[in-house]
Order: sequence, then structure tokens, then C-alpha cells
Amino acid sequence: MKNEKKLYLIGDIVGLLGALIIFIIPFGFMFINSLKERREANLLNMNWPETLQWVNYKEVFTANNSIVLTAFKNSILLTLGAVVVLIMVCSMAGYVLQRRRDKLCGFLNALVLSGLMVPPAILPTIWMMQRLGIYKTLWGMILIEVALQIPFTIMLYRGFMNAIPVELEEAGYIDGCTRVSLFTQIVFPLLKPVTATVVILNAATIFNDFTNPLYFLPGSKNATVQLTLYNFMGQYSSSYNLLFADVIIITLPMLVLFIFFNKRIVAGMVAGAVKG
Amino acid sequence: MDKKKIYSNWFLVPAMTIFIVMFLVPMVISLFFSLTVWNFRDYTFVGLDNFKMFLTEASLNIGIKNTLIYAILTCLLKVVLAFFIANFLTSKIKTKNILRSVIFFPNLVSTIAVGITFAALMHPSKGLLNATLGVLGIGPINWLGDPGLALYSVIGTDVWKGVGVATVIYIAGIQAIDRTYYEAAAIDGASKWQQLKAITFPLCRPAMNSIIILAFVGGMRSFDLIWSMTGGGPGFATDVVASIVYKQYGAGFYGLSTAGNVIMFIMIGVLAFPLQKFLLSKEVDG
Repeated sequence: MKNEKKLYLIGDIVGLLGALIIFIIPFGFMFINSLKERREANLLNMNWPETLQWVNYKEVFTANNSIVLTAFKNSILLTLGAVVVLIMVCSMAGYVLQRRRDKLCGFLNALVLSGLMVPPAILPTIWMMQRLGIYKTLWGMILIEVALQIPFTIMLYRGFMNAIPVELEEAGYIDGCTRVSLFTQIVFPLLKPVTATVVILNAATIFNDFTNPLYFLPGSKNATVQLTLYNFMGQYSSSYNLLFADVIIITLPMLVLFIFFNKRIVAGMVAGAVKG
Repeated sequence: MDKKKIYSNWFLVPAMTIFIVMFLVPMVISLFFSLTVWNFRDYTFVGLDNFKMFLTEASLNIGIKNTLIYAILTCLLKVVLAFFIANFLTSKIKTKNILRSVIFFPNLVSTIAVGITFAALMHPSKGLLNATLGVLGIGPINWLGDPGLALYSVIGTDVWKGVGVATVIYIAGIQAIDRTYYEAAAIDGASKWQQLKAITFPLCRPAMNSIIILAFVGGMRSFDLIWSMTGGGPGFATDVVASIVYKQYGAGFYGLSTAGNVIMFIMIGVLAFPLQKFLLSKEVDG
């Protein structure tokens, strides 16, 4: 037993050291270099800054007519809009898809599940958006993010519906609920835990999405935080201090999210992966 | 009660409309436009020319090869590494909760941010990676500038970012295993290694299958990490199909770009769906 304890202690030490070297140092590297003076940061080392340049952060926020602030506004609107629409349309759809087991629902289920794997057809989507007059608009981008997250979100809702007893709906039906109030008054409140998961996971995915805004939301007034970061990469290739300050600014919201919702994020991802 | 009446089809309409209009219809249309030269307004039908070009042009077909290497290697590394990490993090060590969080967090960080940071860490002359290896007398290695190595450097970064998700899925699988199996095995004198091989490995197969599919499909679709680290370079050494789709779009070759997109569909259809079927069929037998 004594030996075993020693072994676990060694495990702890090796694990912590490994995590420090492999996972913590890259983050420390971003942070330290975001606080250096330009020439110092361009050396790309881990030395502590000679003087802490918090002013770098201010500079990132004010650069190019405060494009970072515009980008934050756009990203937040995009994320909020898409998450709200996703909750509304997917909770309804997941509810019916789980409760009804007929041919149509089976077919729609299979259709939606295929969307978990297949990437979007990019240029025809742009073509479609142009036809609908929503290309390069935030609304259009919200619809795209919704369409791409529908498979995953419906799957989460449908999976959670399994655990809700159908008797509640039968009782409500007998008491004279309409089919709409049956859902909004009885079922939807019970979906709260999975709705929380849906909010957090989709918010992280959409906030971090780079590829889709790159295609479907071009133009500097529409920039999202990820696009701004990418553009900074070209623009500030000789000012790593500002580049890393931007990296930290964009990472911070995710860190906060993770600190508060660690368990829920992990559980949601596991549920999504295993059921898919 | 009447199921059809209560669970009305109308509840499906909003989600399905968005999904069909913004995702499925463009997908079907892409099959047509991949056979044309087009510019959003007009098109000229050219048959299979785009596909022929994609398969014969060296700067294009390297993308197919790289996509396969990328998907297979990231998948394999995540599946294997995460298995051992997950077993380590379900043992009786005290720091397992904090280690789980640390290893998972990179998954929530923006891919572009990770790409920028690792490109800096892999800088050929100043980067921290080479500075460290230099102390050991190795290097300097041109991680992202050497055409033979660049793709593997990006693959390594992808694994760094994604291994945490695989790990937590394994952990869930391992924790679902009945403890009494281990107790019985221990009484019969099975070593830890034998327990790992004979109990943990077969019983977390469902978790492993999920990880394989998730990582493989993720690898096939990967774009942003490659784009932020190498931009497909040096030359075309790290171009994958998704980055070629973007490049051809930027260059105005919309037909070729759409064909690249369809090639991605085909690759996923031919590889990922059968792989999933195969893995699931194994699961039922087991």
C-alpha cells in the first residue's frame, strides 16, 4: 500500500509537470508577450517583461477606429442571435422528433444527422444568400450558423426528451392544454438543463467560428473577433505584443465561460459525441 | 391521445426550413455547379473538367493526399494518446480534476489564436521550441518552413488542441465500467496492464468509436488551423481540400472551388459513413 501511494504521488508530479510544459506554457507565452514592448516581444521568448505594457491592450482596442470593439459587438450579436433562434426552433423540432416515431420523422432524423458530418457547400450557399438578399448581412450569418448547428442542437434536445415522461403531456392534454401550450408551458420548462448546455456549447462554437464568417460575412464593417484577429496577423506581423494582446482578449471570454460552466461543457460534449 | 395531432408537424417546420434552405439545397446545387464554370450570375457547363483538373494538377491533388494524411494521423494520435491520458486521469491521483480542466481548455480557445501562438512557438530562429531543443543540442528545425515537415507540425498542434475532448469522452466511458470487474480481476491476480487490456480497452469501445468518427471527420474538414499557421504553404505542402476550396474561390475559379467542395462530400461519404457503420456493427457484436 505504501508503494502504491508513492506511485500516485509520482503520478501527480509527472502529470502536473507535463501539463505545465505542454499546456500551460503556451498560454503563459501569449500572456507574457502581450505585456512587452514591441521589440522585446518580437524576440518571442518567455522572459518577464522589463516593464509591464498594459497600454498594449488599450492600443489594440483603439486601433483602426476601434475595429476590435465593432468586432466584439458583431460577434456578440451573431452569437446571441443564433443561440436564441437555435433554442426556439430546435427545442420544438427535437420534441416532436423524439415523440413521434413515424416514417417522416425517421427520415428527417437521418437527414439532420447527416449534417453532423458533412461540411457546408460554400459557394452555392453564397449564391443562395444572394438570391435571398441576405449575403454580407448579420441576419444572413445568423441563419447560416443556425443551419450548421441545427443537427447537433436537435440531437441534444431529442436525447434529453427521452428522459421526460410522456405522462405529463397526457395529463396536460386531458386537462385541455392546446398543443402549443402543452409545449411552451409543460415541456419547454423541463428542458432547462439541456437548454443551458445548448446555450454554452453553441455560444463557444459560434463565437470561435472563423471559417464561416470568412466566407459569408466579408467586409470590414461586418468583422467578427476571429476575422479581426486573422487580419491583425497580417498587419501586426512585426508587433507580436499587440497580436498577443488581441489573442488574450479573445481567449478571456472563453476562460470565463469555462471557469463557470466547466462541468456542463464537458458533459454536453460527451453526450453530443456519444449519441452522434 | 392522437400523436399526430399533439406532436404537430408545424413544430418541425422552422428548423427544417432553415436547415433545408441554408444547408441541404446548396449542397444539392453544388453537385450541378461543380460541373460548370460559373460566377454567381452565369454558368457554362463543362462536364467533369473541374474534377479532372483537381485529380491531375499537382497543386490540387496534393490537397486530397494531405487531407487524408491529416485526418488519419490526427485521428490516430488523438485516439491513442487520449486513451492513456484518460486512464491516467481516472486513477487515484489527487490532481486529476485540475489536470482534466487544463487538458480540455485548449478546445475552447479560438483556432486562429492557437495557430498564431504555435506559429510563434515554432519560429525557426527565435521560437521557444527550437530554443529548448537547442539546449539539448538538437536543431534548429524549420517546423513550418520545411515542406516535408510543415504538415506534421500542424497535425501536432491540432492534436494539442483536440486531445482534451477525446480524453473526456474516454473518461466518461471508463467511469461507466462496473468496478466489480476490476475487483474480480485483481483477486484473480491480473496486473494493472492486463486489466487495462482485458477490461478497460474492450469496454470503452463505444467511447472509442465516437472519438474515431469525431476526430476523423474533424480532420477531413480542417481548415482554420492550417490556414492560420501556414496558409497552405510552403508552396502547396500543407494545402488540404478545404484550403484549396478557399484559394480557388479567392482566385475566381468558382467551378473548381465548388468541385473541391463536392470532393469533400465524396471523401466523407466514401470514408466516414462506412467507417461509422463498420464501427457500430462491431459494437453490436461485442
